[in-house]
Amino acid sequence: MSAVTDNLGLFFGGYLRSLSICLWALVGSLVLGVLVAACRVSPVPPLRAFGAFWVTTFRNTPLSVVLFFCAFGLPELGINRSFFFFGVLGLVLYTSAFVCEAVRSGINSVSAGQAEAARSIGLNFSQGLRYVVLPQALRTVVPPLGSVIIAMFKNSAVVGAFGVGGDLWSTGQTLTSARGLETLPVFVGIAFFYLMITLPAGAILQIVERKVAIAR
Amino acid sequence: MSQETVLYDAQGPKARRRTRIGTAIAVVALLGLGYLVVQRLIERDQFSMEKWGPLIDPSNEAFDSVWRVFGEGIVNTIRAAAIAMVLSIGLGTLIAVARLSLGRTGRIPLIGLIELLRGLPVVVLIYFGVRVLPDVGVDLRDLPGGQALWGLVIGLTAYNMVIFAEVVRAGVESLPRGQREAALATGLTNGQTMRIVLLPQAFRVMLPAIISQLVVVLKDTSLVTFIANYDELLSQGESIRRNLDNPIQTFIVVALLYIAINYSLGRLAQYIQRRQARASRAVVATTDTGATVPVGGGA
Repeated sequence: MSAVTDNLGLFFGGYLRSLSICLWALVGSLVLGVLVAACRVSPVPPLRAFGAFWVTTFRNTPLSVVLFFCAFGLPELGINRSFFFFGVLGLVLYTSAFVCEAVRSGINSVSAGQAEAARSIGLNFSQGLRYVVLPQALRTVVPPLGSVIIAMFKNSAVVGAFGVGGDLWSTGQTLTSARGLETLPVFVGIAFFYLMITLPAGAILQIVERKVAIAR
Repeated sequence: MSQETVLYDAQGPKARRRTRIGTAIAVVALLGLGYLVVQRLIERDQFSMEKWGPLIDPSNEAFDSVWRVFGEGIVNTIRAAAIAMVLSIGLGTLIAVARLSLGRTGRIPLIGLIELLRGLPVVVLIYFGVRVLPDVGVDLRDLPGGQALWGLVIGLTAYNMVIFAEVVRAGVESLPRGQREAALATGLTNGQTMRIVLLPQAFRVMLPAIISQLVVVLKDTSLVTFIANYDELLSQGESIRRNLDNPIQTFIVVALLYIAINYSLGRLAQYIQRRQARASRAVVATTDTGATVPVGGGA
């Protein structure tokens, strides 16, 4: 285990780098996912079609293919950025499809009677949305959205494996190949630090879930 | 179109006019966006037959070999995914049954295992299967398919079996309590009750979730690209790209192949779910709160 304890600093640096991938991708995919979800539930047919296309494409393509496309395809179009940028971009595009579906299913889970009741007591569209539909939708969205986010945190390892550099994954690669350390202790180290991302995230999610839970 | 009724009423003439205007704007915006992309593609000469020919033109000399390579990739992808699926359903069922039948304290190590494996990225587990196992003396090279295939299968299985364990558990727990009680009352043992009465019904409920998870497994096979040489679809696409130097075209084709497989599987899952919902509305209340469908994120 000295392989881990001796290189704790290196692991911790990798941990922070992985965490920053996660957080950038979190912000990006939430924004993009909600936008796509808005398209999918809008009354405008072309926007709905666009949303459906987006979701079908990114949900059925492996993240690794999206990453390859971003990193090798986009430069062909004259878009040259760092691997970190392409990595986060790929993760955002991929995750946005899942965020969209979580949000959409949350909105759909509100029964039509709720909106009808809101209208029948004289609330207009935006009031009904604001006071009746969205508060309920947001609560049902939390659990599936939480598991999407945790899955995304785990997928940040794929971005790392893709070659962003400096994150947990490449720390492990450096230690095993360049320094020739045993793979098992390094694996344990990587696994431990990934658990340090996913387990706290899961705990936070549970707290949030309990806070917003409603009995139906 | 039930989804629309939640947010808005059936539209009147005014709203329909607004929708039409919105439609016009959206069409213009999307066409504009499409135009910009296509323009850029033309500018960069991405529509040339030199780049597309080997992929779509049967008379191109490279066409046959390119598609043979893709074909091998698809076969290898499906092989790895199928083995991993079978193993993880089997082991997942075992874990679920053990968890359901063990007492409160006996359950703890299992829950620990489940939490541990669920918290790790699947790519890290594949790394474990492919790289770490040989180092600690587990030699899989002699098995048909070699280290890469079995390492990949082990990684995928480790990740997915605990997901299936949860799916099976949710499936069994969603069954009416009377099923178990009736089975025990007719004199079946606990094991028989599980095997003959509960699991078959649970699997029926779970079928859509199982198929959705198959999509995830299929996608995750591509992660082996980063770790070892196993000629699955993405690796094959990558080697084609290196030879033809047409990343955009090749990866679009690779993506379309994945989408074709996964989209049909997704539709199949939907179809089965709908049929079951019709057939057994009165019999089983499927848990649609995410318990049976922990596939979001596609990790």
